[in-house]
Amino acid sequence: MTALEASGRNAVPAVEKSTAGTRPAHPASDHPRRATARKWAEIALFVGPALALFLTFVVYPVVSAARYSMYKWNGVSQFSDAEFIGFDNYARALWGGSDPATHQAFRTAYTEPFWEALSHNFAIIFLSLAIQLPLALIVALTLNRKFRGRAFTRVVIFAPYVLSEVIAGTMWLIIFDPNGVATQWMRAIGLDMPAGGWFEDPTWGFWTVFFIITWKYVGLAIILFLAGLSGVSEDLQEAAAIDGASWWQIQWRINIPLIGPTIRIWAFLSIIGSIQLFDMVWVLNRGGTAGQYSTIASYMMEIGFFRSDWGYGSAIAVIMFFLSFVIALAYMATILRRDNAHPRKAA
Amino acid sequence: MANMRRAAAGAAIAASMALLAACSSSDPGDGGSSADASSSGGGSGDEPVTLTWWHNGVAGDTGENSLGDYWDQVAADFMADNPNVTIEIEQIQNEDLQRTRIPTALQSGDAPDLFQQWGGGEMAAQAEAGYLMDLSDTLSADIDRLGGGVAPWQVDGTTYGLPFQFAVEGIWYRPSLFEEAGIDAEPTTMDELADAVQKLKDAGINPIAVGAADGWPAAHWWYNFALRSCAQDVVASAGTSLDFSDPCWVDAGDQLQAFIDTEPFQPQFTSTVAQTGATSSAGMVANGDAAMELMGQWNYFVYEGFTDGSDEAIAALHEDLDWFPMPAVDGGAGDPSAAMGGGDGFSCYVDAPVECADFLAYIVSDDVQRGYAEAVGGLPVAPAAADAVTDPVLQKIATTTSSAAYVQLWMDTLLGPNVGGAMNDGIVNIFNGTGDAQGVVDAMIAAAATS
Repeated sequence: MTALEASGRNAVPAVEKSTAGTRPAHPASDHPRRATARKWAEIALFVGPALALFLTFVVYPVVSAARYSMYKWNGVSQFSDAEFIGFDNYARALWGGSDPATHQAFRTAYTEPFWEALSHNFAIIFLSLAIQLPLALIVALTLNRKFRGRAFTRVVIFAPYVLSEVIAGTMWLIIFDPNGVATQWMRAIGLDMPAGGWFEDPTWGFWTVFFIITWKYVGLAIILFLAGLSGVSEDLQEAAAIDGASWWQIQWRINIPLIGPTIRIWAFLSIIGSIQLFDMVWVLNRGGTAGQYSTIASYMMEIGFFRSDWGYGSAIAVIMFFLSFVIALAYMATILRRDNAHPRKAA
Repeated sequence: MANMRRAAAGAAIAASMALLAACSSSDPGDGGSSADASSSGGGSGDEPVTLTWWHNGVAGDTGENSLGDYWDQVAADFMADNPNVTIEIEQIQNEDLQRTRIPTALQSGDAPDLFQQWGGGEMAAQAEAGYLMDLSDTLSADIDRLGGGVAPWQVDGTTYGLPFQFAVEGIWYRPSLFEEAGIDAEPTTMDELADAVQKLKDAGINPIAVGAADGWPAAHWWYNFALRSCAQDVVASAGTSLDFSDPCWVDAGDQLQAFIDTEPFQPQFTSTVAQTGATSSAGMVANGDAAMELMGQWNYFVYEGFTDGSDEAIAALHEDLDWFPMPAVDGGAGDPSAAMGGGDGFSCYVDAPVECADFLAYIVSDDVQRGYAEAVGGLPVAPAAADAVTDPVLQKIATTTSSAAYVQLWMDTLLGPNVGGAMNDGIVNIFNGTGDAQGVVDAMIAAAATS
């Protein structure tokens, strides 16, 4: 499948390009002022449309959400009639607010589900790095050789990632139905489904969903890693083999370090994706009847949209935005920094 | 018909398809602006007027759309009688219509002239925001003619909408499975229901199917317990006072817990949706995998959807499908013959031309209501149209509706999405074993404090 391979190969140069960061040389000019004006005209021409779109569809909604989050607003009445309540919506989500009359009620009804949803996001981040990363690495290293049916294997591995979330989610709903295939297989080997059902069991629901998320997204990691590996010079591996390095030593000392930038980029995408995880948990059953596998995004949708608590929902959205933003910046500044600072070191 | 009354929220594919359909059908100009142009003149003359009408009559899985087709015909008839009026219809899937399209349209000030209205707390919020036309005077004769069914479309005595359908819920059951388990009479009390449940379990039959994964079908059990433990005015006033201090609210949850403890529902009921697929609660009843289900009258048509659609198959299903009112709960301050119910209606946008009210009056007129019963199989509100209901099961539901001591509107509709949603989630927690009776009331109190 050439398209896939092509996209796989492209992934590496993309990483390299972002790490290269070379500055274009200033062309010598006899008319610096005219050149400056022209430069600005060029910038306006090329950046203008994109900037306008960005301001309209990214910045403006973010600012609006921040504004809505300061109001008590049911989404039905005119926003101009909504009551300004400052940071009360945030307080309700984060610790239940300081009003003793409602503190306890808010803690149980809002703070706990909020933190539960957030804890699921962080559990998914952690589990992705702890389970998906090694799994994807092992598969990628194993597949990183020429064999018959390589393209086909890659397509199969990548297929879940290409499937639409709604279709994949509906498929798993059928498989994990209380009377579905998964249950029959478990019964065939003498076990049973979790007591509350695959998705709705308070303990196991989250793990069923994590299994599906892994199934869905591990293909991306494998394809990225394979693309990275294809950029590792075979000379290095042959030289190491001549020097007597075992297969494991070659992987551990040569291949894995050399695809480090790819791994770090994947981890970045995975972390941000985990914070924003929504479609799959929503399709399965809106984060579970009791929030068994809720995420901060599904929680936002449930309360903001379906309960018409728009101010509070906006506050959750802003918290989610803030989290993604801070984590992305921190990751850029620390872990991705080495890739940016030493472009030569990148594979 | 059934699907759009309360389509399973989880059916995301269907929803997105319906959304596509809604988008594609929205081209013929948006109506609000044309309404503005025509609203000034008082509307009584022959000035051309365009009415936009949003309703939830969309085609089901089979492509059949009896409600949508009937509304098309009603609009065409009205336009023939009133040549100056043009009616532009948009059919929009129920959840999209209620949760997205109507709220955003009202916000934007460019709302349809006539649109679906479910009554209760949500309508009260719309009325408070000044979006709805006061119909109390213009349609007073129709309001009197329709009778008590209009109450959920009124706020403090002011009428903001009129229902074209209203009915109580009850328990659907398969007589053949009752026979198999040796149950010879329809349960009329909770004790008799418990007795029937036990007999069905002994016979190896799932007694009651409930689509708890969708939330609201589970919540309806709690509503019925609350209806019986709480006095009529406690429930009715809760819609506006949001006061849940009466101990009857906790008592409802305790009764539900005791009922769940008798294990009357199918296994893994929290993984079961209400209407989609053979393993849904409706599918279980339609396929004979469960004997009973608590549901509104729309489920009659949901069950039909699980047959192959042929007349013989539907006749065979009707042959073995019956209905009885929710059994009376002993004790409690509520009337034992009170019932939970709900319906569908329409409201006029505040800036709509007066022809909107004329058309609404036409929709709920006796003849159109009769036609509605005949063409769609719905339960009309107009008493004069009652004779058009010929199906014996639907007649039973109609009789129960009219003979109930009082009919309480669905509690989630009554309380509106915020408090109602918190209530439903709290109730599902009882079903999940992760919450209790007090938790439901606490969640409602917390939600009430935010609105």
